[in-house]
Amino acid sequence: MKQLGIVGQSVHRSDGLGHVTGRTTFIDDISYPHMLYISMVRSPVARGKIRSIDTSKAEAFPGVATVITAKDVPNNLYTILCLIGIGPNDEPVLAEDEVMYEGEPICAVVAESEEIAREAASLVKLDIEELEPVLDVEYALRPEAPKIKKWGTNTFTYDGKDHCQIRFGDVERGFAEADEIVTGTYQLSPIEHAPIETHVCVAKPEPDGRLTVHTNTQALYFTLDNTAIILKMPSNRIRMIGGTVGGGFGGKVDVLTEPITCIAALKTGRPVKWRWTREEETRCSSTRAAVKIEMTDGVMRDGRIVARKVRSLQDAGAYHRHSPYGAMKHMVNVVGPYTIPNVWVDVYCVYTNRQPSSAMRGFGVTEASFAVEVQMDRIAKAIGMDPWEIRLRNAYRNGDMRPFGKITEDATLIETIQAAAKLVGHELPPELAQMHSNDEGGYAAAQRATA
Amino acid sequence: MSAITVSFTLNGRATTLTVSPATTLLTALREHAQLTATKAGCSQGGCGSCTVLVNGEPTLACLTPLAHVEGQEVTTLEGITPVGGLHPLQKAFYDRFAAQCGYCTPGMIMAAKALLDRNPHPTREEIAAALSGNLCRCTGYLPILDAVEDVARQNGGGER
Ligand code: FES
Ligand code: FES
Repeated sequence: MKQLGIVGQSVHRSDGLGHVTGRTTFIDDISYPHMLYISMVRSPVARGKIRSIDTSKAEAFPGVATVITAKDVPNNLYTILCLIGIGPNDEPVLAEDEVMYEGEPICAVVAESEEIAREAASLVKLDIEELEPVLDVEYALRPEAPKIKKWGTNTFTYDGKDHCQIRFGDVERGFAEADEIVTGTYQLSPIEHAPIETHVCVAKPEPDGRLTVHTNTQALYFTLDNTAIILKMPSNRIRMIGGTVGGGFGGKVDVLTEPITCIAALKTGRPVKWRWTREEETRCSSTRAAVKIEMTDGVMRDGRIVARKVRSLQDAGAYHRHSPYGAMKHMVNVVGPYTIPNVWVDVYCVYTNRQPSSAMRGFGVTEASFAVEVQMDRIAKAIGMDPWEIRLRNAYRNGDMRPFGKITEDATLIETIQAAAKLVGHELPPELAQMHSNDEGGYAAAQRATA
Repeated sequence: MSAITVSFTLNGRATTLTVSPATTLLTALREHAQLTATKAGCSQGGCGSCTVLVNGEPTLACLTPLAHVEGQEVTTLEGITPVGGLHPLQKAFYDRFAAQCGYCTPGMIMAAKALLDRNPHPTREEIAAALSGNLCRCTGYLPILDAVEDVARQNGGGER
């Protein structure tokens, strides 16, 4: 037998020796002589109009180099996913006329030490007229709710609609035919990534006018492009250097530290470090979106799911970040890996005055899987069928049309369930144990035949 | 600004640092002594990533004013790393894949060292208790326990 070099072998991590000796360079381990530090003044309220920002006392504080406000940001309004056509730009790098969530950055105090920066930051005087915040997705959709986004609604606009949708077959006919209707509402709270290493960025102006930037971003090129757009600087003048990320989980893909650190470095001509406190990491970084999923299924007594209708609300928080895209991923996954002939899905990307949500490990999909699989158990219970069987009967097979218009080519659900059954010592009856993703068997095939 | 001068033993060497009075041991190590293995995860005593040994006792460097270690003996991860080699705990963490992102690792190893120095043959429960103040968000707790257990066994406590 041919000897495989790597497959089947345990291979040491390439960064393992650095980690166990403490010699791995994390971004906070990088310092330059004559370096300055940032402390951010953040919004104390969830929603408000900024009447004035008085930075004079902070600027006069001994050891303060400068205070950065929206006026210092060449292109203050941005959105990360403009790079893939998401818009309009809705998030200010630094708040200008309004604040949209508690903890939103307003102005950056740049000083000789973190302690001085923090002390001076407490001297910035904010005059903010507090407005009623919108903190709940259902409330946000009601006519009487304040419209918090500049375009006059509380939702992302997909093709002129306030939601994205799937229409497949005739869901009402499916419900009419069904023996049972099974409903479920599934909700998840926002989840914080909580990396042990907080966000850190170091920016150093070079004599030739370029910038060297060290950042613990998980998305180096997104960060480079967005920073270039915000700074109005060609990207070849920014040397963006990533490195070991001390825990990311999707929480370090938003471009939250680099533009401000770069602007501080350019304005002062000195290296600048910005590291978030644990409190900032917890209260001001992006989270996984809170979601509310309402699911109604029409089910036959033999186990076939003949119709599924979903209404799902994704709490984007104050700004887009990755949520409009997460909502679309959610839309295509909330039907689950099952063949259902009649499907209706409405997903709303809703804005509230909460800490923005964004990417986190399978965002949009994980939430959908949670709802779908709890719902499958409910269906099994409602018709008195074994939970393994209900999944295998409805599992999608190669050749099945997905509700979003794609023919299934790479189904592995049946084999995965069979392998899982083996692992936990659950014996499947022969009919289920012999199913295969290439079968014409199962109820899906029957549905295809009658469709 | 006023300053204080603190003399202590750092990784076996007599060391004197002059810092502002509120400087923590963590800041002193990382920014004055340029020893960056010790990590700041929360700077408020919640995560254990800044764990060092003070007179052999596991100590949160972020909560310890540098002034408190006057005349004491401070050991960091740099101090237990042999030149060109690895401490048995480092080798076990490496071999057992007990480090993922690596940010909690220095604190974990120092907390484990404090345990093994005072109890060379801890049970798995004792290891878990000794590391309970150290958070690993990458959640690699089982390989971490395995690694420390490996070293406890090499210490002659029971067989493999
Ligand atoms: S940094 Fe000291 S306990 Fe977290
Ligand atoms: S390895 Fe990442 S926090 Fe422990």
